[in-house]
Amino acid sequence: MATKASRSAARLMMAPAVILLLGWMLVPLIMTLWFSFRTYLPLRGGDQGWTGFDNYVRFVTSSAFWPAVLTTLTIVLSVLIITVALGVLLALLLDKPMWGQGIVRILVIAPFFVMPTVSALVWKNMFMDPVNGLFAHLWRFFGAEPVSWLSDAAMPAIIMIVSWQWLPFATLILLTAIQSLDSEQLEAAEMDGAPTLKRFYHIILPHLSRAITIVILIQTIFLLAVFAEIFVTTGGAFGTRTLSYLIFQRVLESQNIGLGSAGGVYAIILANIVAIFLMRIVGKNLDN
Amino acid sequence: MARAITPRRKLMNTGFAWAVGLLIFFPILWTILTSFKTEAQAIASPPIFLNFDWTMENYSIVMERSNYARFLWNSVIIAGGSTILGLIIAVPAAWSMAFVPSKRTKDILLWMLSTKMLPAVGVLYPIYLLFIQLGLLDSRAGLVIVMMLINLPIIVWMLYTYFREIPVEILEAARMDGATLREEVLYILTPMAIPGIASTMLLNFILAWNEAFWTLNLTAVNAAPLTAFIASYSSPEGLFFAKLSAASTMAIAPILILGWFSQKQLVRGLTFGAVK
Repeated sequence: MATKASRSAARLMMAPAVILLLGWMLVPLIMTLWFSFRTYLPLRGGDQGWTGFDNYVRFVTSSAFWPAVLTTLTIVLSVLIITVALGVLLALLLDKPMWGQGIVRILVIAPFFVMPTVSALVWKNMFMDPVNGLFAHLWRFFGAEPVSWLSDAAMPAIIMIVSWQWLPFATLILLTAIQSLDSEQLEAAEMDGAPTLKRFYHIILPHLSRAITIVILIQTIFLLAVFAEIFVTTGGAFGTRTLSYLIFQRVLESQNIGLGSAGGVYAIILANIVAIFLMRIVGKNLDN
Repeated sequence: MARAITPRRKLMNTGFAWAVGLLIFFPILWTILTSFKTEAQAIASPPIFLNFDWTMENYSIVMERSNYARFLWNSVIIAGGSTILGLIIAVPAAWSMAFVPSKRTKDILLWMLSTKMLPAVGVLYPIYLLFIQLGLLDSRAGLVIVMMLINLPIIVWMLYTYFREIPVEILEAARMDGATLREEVLYILTPMAIPGIASTMLLNFILAWNEAFWTLNLTAVNAAPLTAFIASYSSPEGLFFAKLSAASTMAIAPILILGWFSQKQLVRGLTFGAVK
């Protein structure tokens, strides 16, 4: 259909976006790779030359590495499981006929619009503070000892904050998907006497699989990069140091650029493993 | 919803859904309420919900002390500027991909999305270094560029899915009726594309407004937006709940209103057209 002239015009129209993104991807990537093979301490002698794979070895053998990987995976997987599971339930609930559906929907979406530094600080101080936080009041009301959430139970606390932020997103997408479900099919199944759970498993869940995939894809992109929530709550202490946060500390706090860059390369590889896996699913969806 | 439903059932749904909705919304509600309390009331035990003396005092203290207007202005410039710049670059790209697709269109789209997966922290130092060298550190222009680049894949994707829904047959019909290219673009394509462009704009404004990695790491004083303003409350000011709440409410209010206002397009836009 497209002529040769329109093809080249199309290429021209695409060029700025492609070139910019290519530059944005390649230039920093090459610099990171370059630094990762050098001993580079801006505050302690500057660039001290090649060091081979030393930084890579040191980064992985440092005692902080495996805990950071584990923390990252724990946060990503926990939040995905919580938001998808609760998101499906919430979407099913919101799809039911009720009064004031629009308002309830607004209430459920709201956390998505709250900037990460605000939600982290509000949860940290006003809810999880062991003296004046609402949870402390609640615990005391039931005669229990208040918990110092962000030191004694830092991971559950962070997972809870991040899940609260992302639940609206999952719910919204899943709700949209549920609403497109052919209700006649469900009614037919109901008339045939299929029990609620069976209808859920055989009709609703397969219909949602595509939406769930999209939710997982988009959330994984953002969850691997969770930063502000840790930055303003624990600062990476109490077992909440993710791989991203560890690299951030190496680069900006201890100003060991070589070591941080090697870590950065690992993080890029890890993200790419996830990306390849997810791209395949999205690519398939694009064909349909 | 052809099926009749008993009022009793509907009442139960309503009650349950409202309870869950309020529970999810509660932290925001609590923040807004606390912002109108005095510091003593904010930490009172047991907590006070509504029967306190409403005061605007915290807002005036926060405004006075932290030059809120400048942070707000920075947020507006960074989120708005990056969105507009992103659209200028993305509209032609998405347009050509949607209307003149080639074998590689799919690969290019997927590649663009994959650049979004590059962990920011992996390229933190190079960007930091480039910013110092180009004099962009702690400047609004620098952040506009970075925000534009990190959201560009999403803008292209969203626009692409919107544009693809514009039926090509309409264009062919217009051409048959003797419409010139200019008329085609102006009277047929543009009106059909505007809703898609508007929701793309909105989502990206929100994403850029709330972005909190680059805004925290690349700003200090001059270009710091509201995300950094709030992070400065981390400690020890964060323990003054009423002031923290006032600052937080001011930081999220514009986006909450914008988001609620345009909820409908947003739901559609968030799914990148992949979920219908």
